[in-house]
Amino acid sequence: MNSALLLEVKDLSKEFPGTRALNNVRLDVRRGEVHGLCGENGAGKSTLMNIVGGVFPATGGSMIFDGKAFNPRNPKDSQDSGISFVHQELCLCPHLSAAENIFIGRLPNKGGKINFKKLYEDADAVLQTLDANFSSKTLVSNLTVSEQQLVEIAKAVSLNCKLLILDEPTSSLTDKETVKLFQVVKELKKKGISTLFISHRMKEVFEICDRVTVLKDGSYVGCMNISEITHEDVIRAMVGRDLGELYPDKSSKIEEDKFLIKVENLSGDGFENIGFTLKKGEILGFAGLVGAGRSEVMRGLCGIDPIKSGEIYLNGKKQRFKRYRDAVKKGICYLTEDRKNSGLFLQMSIAKNIASANLEAVSKYGWIVKNREYSMSEKYVKALSIKIPGLSYPISNLSGGNQQKCLIGKWLSTDPKVIIMDEPTRGIDVGAKREIHNLLRVLCEQGVGVIIVSSELPEIIGVADRVAVMHEGKLAGFLQGENISEENIMKLASGASLSMASGVS
Amino acid sequence: MKNKVMKAAKTVFSQREVTVFLIIVLVVVVTSIIQPKFLNTNNMRSIALSVSVDGLFAIGLTMALILGGIELSVGSVAAMTCVITGYLALQGVNIWVACIASIASGLVVGLFNGFMISKIGLPPFIVTLGMENLARGMAYIITTGSPLSVSGYLSQSFRYFATGSVFGIPVLFIIFIVISAVAFIFMKYSKTCRNMYYVGSNENAARLSGINVDRVKIGVYVTIALISTLAGILSLARFNVATPELSKGAETTAISAAVIGGTSMTGGSGGVLGTVMGIFLLKIVNSALVMMNVSVYWQEFVQGAILVLAVTIDYLSHRKSGKPSFIMKFFGLDKLVGAKPET
Repeated sequence: MNSALLLEVKDLSKEFPGTRALNNVRLDVRRGEVHGLCGENGAGKSTLMNIVGGVFPATGGSMIFDGKAFNPRNPKDSQDSGISFVHQELCLCPHLSAAENIFIGRLPNKGGKINFKKLYEDADAVLQTLDANFSSKTLVSNLTVSEQQLVEIAKAVSLNCKLLILDEPTSSLTDKETVKLFQVVKELKKKGISTLFISHRMKEVFEICDRVTVLKDGSYVGCMNISEITHEDVIRAMVGRDLGELYPDKSSKIEEDKFLIKVENLSGDGFENIGFTLKKGEILGFAGLVGAGRSEVMRGLCGIDPIKSGEIYLNGKKQRFKRYRDAVKKGICYLTEDRKNSGLFLQMSIAKNIASANLEAVSKYGWIVKNREYSMSEKYVKALSIKIPGLSYPISNLSGGNQQKCLIGKWLSTDPKVIIMDEPTRGIDVGAKREIHNLLRVLCEQGVGVIIVSSELPEIIGVADRVAVMHEGKLAGFLQGENISEENIMKLASGASLSMASGVS
Repeated sequence: MKNKVMKAAKTVFSQREVTVFLIIVLVVVVTSIIQPKFLNTNNMRSIALSVSVDGLFAIGLTMALILGGIELSVGSVAAMTCVITGYLALQGVNIWVACIASIASGLVVGLFNGFMISKIGLPPFIVTLGMENLARGMAYIITTGSPLSVSGYLSQSFRYFATGSVFGIPVLFIIFIVISAVAFIFMKYSKTCRNMYYVGSNENAARLSGINVDRVKIGVYVTIALISTLAGILSLARFNVATPELSKGAETTAISAAVIGGTSMTGGSGGVLGTVMGIFLLKIVNSALVMMNVSVYWQEFVQGAILVLAVTIDYLSHRKSGKPSFIMKFFGLDKLVGAKPET
């Protein structure tokens, strides 16, 4: 028995009716290490974690945890053995305090009554070890996402967990919060707690992990020491081929004096005095910390939320959008950052989803013509090479990347002049990410204006020709060409003085 | 060729409407073997009449559920409009003018519900629960609690709509079928009604698709109120009495019918055809119980059992996706049903 190993997964398989989700997968986690788990969407990461977490059983193979054979029958089994699972979508009770969430199911009591004094003391003690700066009495609904994550981690720590599983923990965190989370993980590591870190973001995997295991199509590809490899090695293992250039070429033919959109003094809830232009042939990126007001500007620009003041010019003509529909009619569309909650009609068919923004195009005298609906959808499915089982299947069957492409198709059907994409590739795997970036570039070359809002700096830097950086509701500055760097963006985004960032225009 | 037939058969048999229809056939066959009188004209007429008014409410509820809402005031709006029409007729107002007045009152109810739900943003459950009391209360106030007999005040031509028949088929039933057909066609094929499904499926996404969500909601609640008004007026014509107790609890039967017919409680899916099947099933089972001399007190019990059973079977069959339902297996249809594209 190898006592250096905390978790040893051998030849694990999982079959669902009709599919084989895992095929002889291996995974070794050493004591006190941070272990990365990478793979494209559908590679089997979640399935593996769900088996380790006791959500469902494996159909083959074996696991050893902490020197003992390990076969959790339910999540509680797994938790009792010392495994804590922090899901990507946090599962806390928002109406209860942080302390009640941390000690849920095991509240200290005295003679049948909850001992609140002890509860809050204990919870504060745990939170303090994690360097949290909020009281355990705070309601979870009043905490930010990163603070809520700390509550989950505090729960795990207080359960004396030996292995902490973090599933895409940074997907809704700002860069600052991510740094803080990593400090916490490093602290836990010093105490001998292992962390299994699932992420799409190479940069983070390389920053925090000691080793990384890569899965592809439900099979084990390899386990590598981070110190010996590069980003490209991991991506190649994930995708099974060289991706070549990660981002498409930047634009070569920006028409400097041709403004698709010109915005002046735009003010509204959460932003003020925003002015920018979008030139023909360029992709304009909006960077900034989460909460800097980027999405709010875009929503105000499109008439989704009301604006207090400001002028919007489209192709030189002044516009006034009372509601979103007006903007759509003029050719501006907005793709939401939150696909699931405000982008997709999940249980409806792919065709109905694609047709939803432009029913006029598929109907005659107010009646929907099914043939038109299907042929229009078919057109965009082909053009964007979306992989689907059939147009009449619910869109929920598709992967994140294909869903996003459907949404792009939906908006292309309105013949837009400007496409605004908020977090265009959130939750989308590497291969599909690239396709979407290429697609944006192609659209841009066809003369469609493209604005992207993104919290992923590599994406902004790799895709945008020009970057507008926002800080606390105001424009901190623009960066162009060589000056688009992580350092400059972060300086502007964190509100450092303008002169500190070189090359601000 | 054979594949095409199989594929077509698959789509037909994977639909809830077909399942419910088959159960109806089963109930009819079994009952008429035990009690041949079940099939005679009188009984058929009485089933048709009982389906008609409750069926109108069920169509209204289907729309509300598809929209992701609910409408609890259908029965009491019918009572209120029935009483208003009857009261005005008693005062010597021309019956058609009285009808227009009660349609106007129905319109006000619909606009109120729609406005409170969309513009103010209150939950539909609360708004329509309040309206259920408001409208019922109004009916009691107008009648001071006791039924108004309008015998002799209604013109024959007015009463014809609820009591007449064409080739032996009750006009009331024909009205119901026509309205069902219109609702079916609109909800399946019209641009306007498609927006209902979008809003019910995901309100945020609908708003971000440029759909005027508020207008859709107001439109639906107004339509439901108008359908309820029609039910109220037809009830007056049928019974010759304006009673404030009319259609008490009708909303629960209507919800059952819609849900049995496959309309989702969470919005975004369902349709009128299933609902019509659902209301037929409930009423036919009621009639079968009467025919087989089961005490009427069993009716509600059985209706509850059918609802719970239908939803349970549906839930179990969908939980393991791709597996055909128990009913399908019972009828030997499971071999036809494979993967399930949305219909």
